[in-house]
Amino acid sequence: MATATAALHRIRGSSLIDAIGLALLALVIVWVVFKFAQDPTRFLNVSVLGARNGAIYGLVALGYTLVYGILQLINFAHGDVFALSGLVASTMIISVFGLDTSTGVLLIIVGLLGTLAVTIPLFAVFNGTIERIAYKPLRNAPRLAPLITAVGVSFIVQNISLAIYGVDFESVPNFIPRTDAVEIGGVAIGWNTIAVFLIVIPVLLVLTWFVRSTRQGKAMRAVAQDTEASAMMGIDVNRTISVTFFIAGGLAAVAGLVYLLQFNIRYDTGFQLGLIAFTAAVLGGIGNLTGAVLGALMIGMIEAWNEGLDGTPGGDWTRSLIFGILIATLVFRPQGILGERTPEGA
Amino acid sequence: MSEALSTFARRARTDKSWWVAGAMIALGLTYPLYYEPLQELPVIGDFVPGVSSMVVMMIFTMMALGLNVVVGYAGLLDLGYVAFYAAGAYVAGWLASLHFEDITFHLGSAVSGDLPGIHFNMWLVLILAGVFTTAVGIVIGLPTLRLRGDYLAIVTLGFGEIVPQFVRNADSIGGFDLTGGTFGIAPIDSLAIGGVVFRQESNKDDLYYWAAIGLVLFTVFCCIRLRDSRLGRAWVAIREDETAAAAMGVPLMRTKTWSYAIGAFFGGVAGAFFASYRAGAFPADFFFQFSVFLLCMVILGGIGSIWGVIAGGLILSYLDREGLATIGSKIQEGGLDFDPTKYQFGIYGLIIVVMMLIRPTGLIPERRHKIELEEGVHDTPFYDVQTEGAMTDRSRSDD
Repeated sequence: MATATAALHRIRGSSLIDAIGLALLALVIVWVVFKFAQDPTRFLNVSVLGARNGAIYGLVALGYTLVYGILQLINFAHGDVFALSGLVASTMIISVFGLDTSTGVLLIIVGLLGTLAVTIPLFAVFNGTIERIAYKPLRNAPRLAPLITAVGVSFIVQNISLAIYGVDFESVPNFIPRTDAVEIGGVAIGWNTIAVFLIVIPVLLVLTWFVRSTRQGKAMRAVAQDTEASAMMGIDVNRTISVTFFIAGGLAAVAGLVYLLQFNIRYDTGFQLGLIAFTAAVLGGIGNLTGAVLGALMIGMIEAWNEGLDGTPGGDWTRSLIFGILIATLVFRPQGILGERTPEGA
Repeated sequence: MSEALSTFARRARTDKSWWVAGAMIALGLTYPLYYEPLQELPVIGDFVPGVSSMVVMMIFTMMALGLNVVVGYAGLLDLGYVAFYAAGAYVAGWLASLHFEDITFHLGSAVSGDLPGIHFNMWLVLILAGVFTTAVGIVIGLPTLRLRGDYLAIVTLGFGEIVPQFVRNADSIGGFDLTGGTFGIAPIDSLAIGGVVFRQESNKDDLYYWAAIGLVLFTVFCCIRLRDSRLGRAWVAIREDETAAAAMGVPLMRTKTWSYAIGAFFGGVAGAFFASYRAGAFPADFFFQFSVFLLCMVILGGIGSIWGVIAGGLILSYLDREGLATIGSKIQEGGLDFDPTKYQFGIYGLIIVVMMLIRPTGLIPERRHKIELEEGVHDTPFYDVQTEGAMTDRSRSDD
């Protein structure tokens, strides 16, 4: 009965805006189904690439959503931390581990893990330091202050990358072959796509376990839910915020490596990708961890469809399309797909 | 005119800052007459900007003042101001160039009557550009201004990205060339008074400079009047506490949209003016960093403070035009291999962070904003996307 009343309220409360939003959504779904029916193999092939990119966006989006959940701060610098971590990873892979196309599987695994073993702690600390220096003194300032500071930090980090690595793109040799690993009915999945998921999925599992089952994770959820109350319950809020930034930095480092395995990267890559990831976080419902990954997968798919299928605006318009989605989400459903208050639903 | 002068004299007797302002304006207006001897001076001579740089500095300052209406007065973080700059420039391109060569339409233009394309009088174009960008501002503002401050920032940022991408790609929308793609639109007509076409005169920079000063003074005048108006007070009320302002009967959406629209107006006029000065609208000018550059001017000078923003605008646009390059060459003469122009956005970022941490009120703080920052105000957003139903839209609040 209560649900029925709630549903009734919802229908009555829904305005013209909701109707327009639903109509738009229906149009998109119809279009997607139509495209699938037209050429299923191609559609699925493109979608696999989309899912792969989406998984990478998801890692970055998690960094935004974690920080937003706890501080209600859009950490603009996050994308640039990601780019710097990717650049450092390229140095590790090429200069330290010397991986190239002739390296054996075992060495590749050792090399990748070794790279992560360096970059994850490094960028966790780096991100934590940013928080300590730039955001912590502004805890009690008007909301706008840390947000503006974050924009400034983003530029500083970007210029650190520029100072160290210059304007050239960095890339690594294709030591993970781009050949197809499996092919099911014309749908091919490449080795490098599999490698992305082999790295991303364990990371997501560990993160979920951490947020759900550890004391610190519980503290994070509590602080996100109500900072003052959790402080009263004896939770060290500052430490929890620092830990959140550490985790976000670590995720950025993983994302940097995974991105590097697919694409080349340079000092300003993070700005673009950061915006995409942030859009994903908003689409999924900012503050919600599952939502961030879900939103990222959707963004990745949409991007891939736009670039890989016929009858779309094409790659020139990808950014406009993604921002169109961001704006549409904020207008029609500002709480996102899985909008919830805290990352409790992780 | 004489009345205005006597008002000025009366005000000046009672308030010293009027003397300062008057002296600054006089110094500014006569700059083209005395800057050349200054450039001859030892050591500091190299740092004296030329008139053409001064024109650009004035235009950027005008944009910073426009942004200040949004960020400083109403407290809405706009990271996509470059969109208005672009819109203004392209309006100038559409209404005063050879771009639409199939149409020949002239309206009070100084160019010869048989030229193809649409040619409005350039001063009229400035106004039309302002009106157009105001409309763009309202269109962008209406769906987004309901959102909380930080969401607004990201949405404006999105528009700031979409608009440049749009102008770069819109050279064949269904085969129709709207923006000239990556080449932009050029040449755009010159400003002209009577028969004097600025661009054809030998002292074209001087003429543009005086026109630019005129625009800045107009902007400053508007900013002062707006600040003290009913609307301006409503903006400050919203900036300080949205909930309280709404409770006092300030219509949030309308007031915010006005700040957005008026801020956009100045951006559009400045954009059209710059397009006329540069004789073209080029998509390479419109990039995200520029929005942050303007924001940095506002923050360096003092959020909400007109004189502060002018100071911040002049300092940073000077650095952008000449200062960093000059400093760089001095450094390199000293034997150090460091090029500050390469890291200019890093430097701006550093300025933003340092200012926010050490002196958030800016170089020349605005009194009221200073109180706000130092004593702190209740700063809970009225519209919170995370709490369902708490919207400014009353029809939903009974969910």
